[in-house]
Amino acid sequence: MVLPALALPVPALPAGFLSLFGDAFNFVFSGQEAETGGVTVGGTSQVVELATKQIEVTLLALAVAILLAMPVGLWLGHRQQGEFLAVSAGNAGRAIPELALIALMAAAIGVGLVNLVVALAILGIPPILTNTYVGISQVDRASVEAARGMGMTEIGIVRKVELPLAVPTIMGGVRTAAINIIATATIAPLAGILTLGDFIIARNVYGDAGVLAGAVLVALMALALEGTLAAVQWAMTSKGLKLNRS
Amino acid sequence: MIEAASNGMMRVGAIDQSFFTDRSSGNCIQDNKLFCPGWVADNYDRYVDPTLQHLVLVGSAVAAGFLIAFALAILAHRHRFLQTPFLAGTGILYTIPSISFFFLLLPITGRGSLTAIIALTAFNLQIIFRNITTGLRNVPPDVTEAARGIGLTPSQILRQVELPLAMPEIIAGLRIATVSTVALATLAVFANGGGLGTEIVTGSNITFKTGIIVAGSIAVIMAIVFDGILLLTGKLLAPWKRKQAIS
Repeated sequence: MVLPALALPVPALPAGFLSLFGDAFNFVFSGQEAETGGVTVGGTSQVVELATKQIEVTLLALAVAILLAMPVGLWLGHRQQGEFLAVSAGNAGRAIPELALIALMAAAIGVGLVNLVVALAILGIPPILTNTYVGISQVDRASVEAARGMGMTEIGIVRKVELPLAVPTIMGGVRTAAINIIATATIAPLAGILTLGDFIIARNVYGDAGVLAGAVLVALMALALEGTLAAVQWAMTSKGLKLNRS
Repeated sequence: MIEAASNGMMRVGAIDQSFFTDRSSGNCIQDNKLFCPGWVADNYDRYVDPTLQHLVLVGSAVAAGFLIAFALAILAHRHRFLQTPFLAGTGILYTIPSISFFFLLLPITGRGSLTAIIALTAFNLQIIFRNITTGLRNVPPDVTEAARGIGLTPSQILRQVELPLAMPEIIAGLRIATVSTVALATLAVFANGGGLGTEIVTGSNITFKTGIIVAGSIAVIMAIVFDGILLLTGKLLAPWKRKQAIS
């Protein structure tokens, strides 16, 4: 067999379709016996524990990526230099296979929180760097010249003129990075850090109910993060830009 | 109780262990150095099937994503009020992590490459949709006005004026979607969908550095090749852009 069989036509819904969602619901709220026997898995306490870990890892990696990428993007964008570097970083970043990165990091450097955060931050840096550069360098030069003419310092120009105008583009990069990081944090159990992805990956422990529960929880969490960042972007965008949009 | 579930790397998938056999004369697997060229030379053939599977996954997902996104974009171009709901809908599909999407589909499509292709397609839609609508919106109004003036119908304007002028944006969207999908398709292994991820995650592959590097590198090279092909296609389809692209 060379190619995977494309399972067409789509099979009819299995009989237990709805009951599987019921099982997943029970898995989240009351837990069930592990498929491997003995211990109870799932239940709110484990769900909260794993979800907290996933959020923690995601926010840490996002913070590291922002701290490393944004100053470089601001500096290059303000000086209108290094376009090639900033843009190709974004393109190259997209080509990094997340699974290979996490697996190699775990196998070559070791498992653990710090290594995982570094690997995830690597995924977050390219979109933030590229979007910060593009956002800042696309600010109308006339506005920058006017600010300079009024006697603003270069740092003042970046802070008070370029940054506010570039917020939508920069936050677009932050949101892309956040989605990529939280998605990849789902496979963090491969690097020894248990996140909600453990429910998905360790099917032989949690069973189909656990897998489905994990998938639903991860999806909800990613959507919640995206919604929160959209709200942050809205709050950070200056009034003038919002008026301009409508 | 969580201890019992740790060490996730050993449990992934019910995959056949005999897949992982050392045919090299050296001790590449025992030593497990960062990279062992001897092992690669002896085992390159094991990457052929996963690579082909990967190509099928990416090709199907990008093609399906393009067709759907194109139809949505044309609809939204004709009826502007559809733009916001389409953008929001594809945005949700884009945000849901693919690995989670695989298992949300599990009760419906089961395990296999179809599940993987659907999830990867869902991921693609927004990238392509957004670029097509941006490209169409950026066509200067003077140009469409002139086209109307010489008597073209709306669908002629779309096909002969707007779409060709939007081509660079459309190709740019396809490039982003394709490169991201090549990287993301390594996760298809979790849906039992094959691809290069099998050579990273299956059985004891997860701890074998040389194997991970080879599979990851094939994915990166595939992304670069696809990107190059699309870049050239874009230049052929939009010859008037060539001068700008060079400068």
